[in-house]
Amino acid sequence: MTDDLEKKTHNAIIHYTIHLVENWYKLTYKETVKMKWRPIISVLICLVALGGISSSLLSTSQIGSSADWQKRPLRPDTGVLNVVAAVNGEFIDSWKNADLEAAPPASVLAVMRRASLALHGTVPSLEEIREFGPSEQMVDTLAAENDLLDRYIQYLLADRRYADYVSERFARVFVGVDAGPFLVYRRRRFQLWLSDQLFANRRYDSLCRELISGTGVWVSDPAVNFVTATITDDNQGRPDLPKLAGRTSRAFLGMRLDCLQCHDDALGTIGLSFEGMSREALQTDFHQFAAFYSQASISLGGVQDDYRHYSYTYLGDEKDKIITPKVPFQSDLTLPAGSRRGQLATWITARQNRAFSRTAVNRVWAIIFGKPLVEPVDDIPLSGPFPPGLELLATDFSDHEYDLKRLIQIITRLDVFRISSRAAFEVTSRHEQAWTVFPLVRLRPEQVAGGIGQTARVRTINADVSYSVRQQQQQDILSFVKRYGDTGEDEFEDRGGTITQRLLMMNGNFVKDRTRSSDGSNAAARIAAIAEDDEDAVQITYLCVLTRLPSKTERDHFILALHGVSAEQRERVLEDLFWTLINSTEFSWNH
Amino acid sequence: MACQSQQHWNRRTLLTAGLQAGVTAAAATSMSWLTPLATKLAHAQERAPDSQAPAKSVILLWMQGGPSQRDTFDPKPQASELYSGGVKSIKTSAQDVRIAETLPLMADQMHHLSLVRSVVSREGDHARGVYNVKTGFRPDPTLVHPSIGAVMCHQLTDDLEIPRHISMLTTNTPARGGYLGDTFDAFQVGDPQQPVPDVTARVDTERDEKRRSDLFSVVEKEFARGRLRNLDEKKTLHQLSMKRAVRMMASKQLEAFSLKDVPQTKKDRFGDTSFGRACLAATQLIQVGVRCVEITLGGWDSHINNTPAQASRTKIMDAAMSSMLAELDETGLLESTIVVWGGEFGRTPWLNSTNGRDHWPHGFTIALGGGGIQGGRVIGETNPEPDRDAKDETADVVDPHAVEDIHATVYKALGIDYEQEMMTPVGRPMIVAQGNAIKELF
Repeated sequence: MTDDLEKKTHNAIIHYTIHLVENWYKLTYKETVKMKWRPIISVLICLVALGGISSSLLSTSQIGSSADWQKRPLRPDTGVLNVVAAVNGEFIDSWKNADLEAAPPASVLAVMRRASLALHGTVPSLEEIREFGPSEQMVDTLAAENDLLDRYIQYLLADRRYADYVSERFARVFVGVDAGPFLVYRRRRFQLWLSDQLFANRRYDSLCRELISGTGVWVSDPAVNFVTATITDDNQGRPDLPKLAGRTSRAFLGMRLDCLQCHDDALGTIGLSFEGMSREALQTDFHQFAAFYSQASISLGGVQDDYRHYSYTYLGDEKDKIITPKVPFQSDLTLPAGSRRGQLATWITARQNRAFSRTAVNRVWAIIFGKPLVEPVDDIPLSGPFPPGLELLATDFSDHEYDLKRLIQIITRLDVFRISSRAAFEVTSRHEQAWTVFPLVRLRPEQVAGGIGQTARVRTINADVSYSVRQQQQQDILSFVKRYGDTGEDEFEDRGGTITQRLLMMNGNFVKDRTRSSDGSNAAARIAAIAEDDEDAVQITYLCVLTRLPSKTERDHFILALHGVSAEQRERVLEDLFWTLINSTEFSWNH
Repeated sequence: MACQSQQHWNRRTLLTAGLQAGVTAAAATSMSWLTPLATKLAHAQERAPDSQAPAKSVILLWMQGGPSQRDTFDPKPQASELYSGGVKSIKTSAQDVRIAETLPLMADQMHHLSLVRSVVSREGDHARGVYNVKTGFRPDPTLVHPSIGAVMCHQLTDDLEIPRHISMLTTNTPARGGYLGDTFDAFQVGDPQQPVPDVTARVDTERDEKRRSDLFSVVEKEFARGRLRNLDEKKTLHQLSMKRAVRMMASKQLEAFSLKDVPQTKKDRFGDTSFGRACLAATQLIQVGVRCVEITLGGWDSHINNTPAQASRTKIMDAAMSSMLAELDETGLLESTIVVWGGEFGRTPWLNSTNGRDHWPHGFTIALGGGGIQGGRVIGETNPEPDRDAKDETADVVDPHAVEDIHATVYKALGIDYEQEMMTPVGRPMIVAQGNAIKELF
C-alpha cells in the first residue's frame, strides 16, 4: 500500500509537470528568437559548443547518452527477480524472528528520490519526475509502481552521471581524498578512468585485479595510481607497503588487517577464524600480506615489479627479518606464477574467496542506502554471522561475472529499498537497524550540494546541458562541500549537524544564488512566471525540492501566503518557500 | 597509519582482554598488564592537582608547511654555513635563551615562552605530519582523532553564543572533531578584515523570521509524522543546530571577530597582515570565552632558497606573535591562556643543493607558554652539525620528546586528565593523549 497522501494526489503530478515543462520551453523559445539577438545567440552557441568539444578532448570520459537505456528490457530478468525474492524472504524471516512489524511500501516519488541520490548524487529534476513519475493512466498497483521504478533505475544506470558519481565513491576507498605525491599521482585521472570502467560496466573482479597488479605510467595507465598514491617522501620514492596492505585488506576483503601492523590482536577484534578453525590474528599476518607488494617499484617506465625483499622487525624481536608473502586465510587456493602482486590479485578475486564478493556487496549497499549492511563498511567477519541477504547477494555477484549494474538493480529492487521510512506503528531504532523501515540517513555533502543545484532548475543537469552550466555546477559543488565539510574516506559514518552547515544553508551564496527571485534563471522565478495558479506554484515547488506533493496542511498554509499578492511579492513568497524547503530536515536526509 | 599499541593497552581494554581470555589465561597474562597499569598509576600520582587554577584557553599558531627550527627558535650560528644558513642568534628576555636574529620582537617576549627543541615524530609527509601534530596520534585508517580544541570543548562545558573552537586563515586542514563528532570541528573564518561568513540573513528580519516559522511549524511537523519519537533530539539535531546558528547570528559576541573598533596603531603593532589581524582577533575571542583558536600562517615549505623564504615568514610572525603575547600579558589573559607555536615538522639541519631545507621530523622545535606553563625554559637540544648519513637521525637529540608529550603537557595545564578514555562511536575506548607531560615545564 502506498502512502495515503500520495495515493490521493499522485495523478495530479502529471498535470503540473507536463504543462510546466511545456510552458517553460515556450517561454524560453519566445525570449530567444527575437531577430536582434540572433547574431549574439549564434556566437554564444558556438562558444558553448567549442567549450563542449574541448571538454571532450580534455577528458577521456565519453559522455554517455541517456537515451541508450531505452533499448534495454525494462523489467529485470527472472534471475534477478528470483534473487530479489530470496533476499526479501530472508529479511521477512528475520523480522518475524525479531517480532518486528514492517512499514508499507514507499511512494514511487520517495523511491525515485532515493535512487537518484544513490546513483547520481542529486534529487530528480522536474523533467525526470514528469517522464518517469506516476501518470494519470497508470494502473494503481504495486506491480505498476515497480515497473515505473525499474524503468527509472535503468535510466539512472545508463546515464553517465551514474559512473561519474559512483566512481568518486569507489575512488575514495581505493586512493583516498588527499592530493597525494607530486608528479607520480594523478587522482583526477584515476577517477575519470574509474568512471569509464563503471560506465562500460567492466567486471568488478577484473577491475580490482588491475588495481592491485597493474603496471605502467600513472597518466597512460591510470590504475597504477592505486599504488603510487601511497608514495611518500619518507619512503625514498617507493610505495608504502603497510599502507597498500591496509588499503587492500579494507577495500577488497572487508578486513582491517592494518590494526595488526604493530602487534598481535589480543582483543579478538579481527576475525581470521575460518571454516570452524579458530585462530588469533597475528602481527605476522599483516606483514606477510604486505610482502606481496614488495616488488612494486617506480621508475621512468612507471610502476613495475622488480625483485626485492620486504624486511621488518616484529614486536619483541631485536633484528628485522625477511618476510615471505603469505595470505592470511584460504591459503589452499592456488597462486599463479608471476609477480607477487599478480598472485595477490588472483587470490583476492578468486571465486572461492567470498570475502571479496561480500565486501563489494556491502560497499554497494552502503552507496545505495547511505548505510552499509554490516557496519563498519570495511569490517566484515570472515565467518559471520552475516545479516539477511548478504550471502545471497555475494553469491549472485560472483556467479554473474561480478556485474555491478546487476547488483545495483537487485538491491534497488528489494523491499527494504522500496519500503517507507515512516509507519503507522511507533518507529524505534530497532526498526531502522532491522531495515523494517527505510533508515533515515544524513545526506553526504555532495548530495546536499547536488540536490540544491538541481532543485533550482526545471531541466535535468546532465550531459545534455551546456558545458558551461555543468562546469559551473561542479565548481560550485566543490566549494560548497569544502565549506560544508567533506566526509573524506569514511563516507558512511554519521557526520554533520554543525552550526557551520546550518549557516551555510541559511545564508550562504550557493543557496542564495539558486533561490533569489531576482535571478530569472532559477526555478523560483520560472515557477512564478508559468504556474497556472497558487496551488500549482506550491505543488511544483514541493516537487522540485522535496520530490513530493505537499500535505493538505502544507498546501493550505503556503497557498494562503500567495493569496492576493502582487506579481513581485509572489516571486518573493516562492523564493521564501524554496528557502524553507531547502533548509528542512527532509531535504538534508535520505528517507 | 597503524593503530598505536598504547592506545589499545589502556585500562579498560586490558581488563576486557583479561575477562575475554578467561580465568586460566588471566593468571598467565596478569603480569603482562599489571606493569603498564602500575606505570599509569604512577603517572596519575605525578599529575596530582597543582595549586594554580587550570588554563582555560589555547591559541595555536600553526605554521603550515614546516618552519625551520634553525631560522626561528633553534639557530646554530656556531655551525658552518651549510648548517647555519648564515642565520645569527640574538639574546632574549629569557636568560641564556637565544633565538634567530629574524625574530627581534619575539626576543622581548621569550620569558613567556618555553622551547622544546627536541620534538621528534615519524611523520615527514605534510598531510600525515599535520595530522600527527594536531591530534597527537599518527594517522589511522580506522578512525579520525580529535584535535586539542575539540577535546577541550568535549571536556569543558560553556554557554557561549559563538563557536568555542575556531580556526582562522585555515587552508586545507582545519582542526577537526574526529570521532567526537563534527559538532566539535573548528568553525572556520578568514581574515578578520572580512565579515564572518554566512552569519547575516539574506532577507530582512520579518521575512527571515517568517521563513523559519514556516519551517518549524509546518514543514518539520509534517516530516516528523510517523517517524522516531523525538526525532530531532534523538537523531537529526537539525532544528537544534539551526536554533544555535540563529542564536549566533544575533549574538553581540560576534563583535569579537571584528577589528573595526581597534585603533590603527594597535593593528600596525601586530603587523597589519592577515596573520597579525587574526592574532589580534584571537585575543578578543579568548576574552569573550572562546576555548581554542587556531591561526594558520603558511609558506614555510622552503625546499629552495630557505633562508630568505623563512625570513619572509618570520617577519610576519614576529610582529604578530610578540604583540599577541604582550596583549595577553597586559590584559591578564596569559595566565589562563596557553599559546602553542609549531608546524607539522621542522626542516633539515643542513641546506640542500638548492639552498633549501627539506622536511625534518627528527628533532624540531615547538614553543609553548602561558596558562601555567613556565616560560623562558629550554627543553632538549639538537646537534649543530649532525651526521647526514646517520642511520638513526634522532640518536644525537638530547632529551627527545614525542609530539604526544606536547599534547599531554597542554592537557595537563588545562586540567584535563589525558589518560582518561573517551569512546569512539563504535565503542572503542581511546586515550586522550598517549604521551607524558613534560614536568620541567611546570
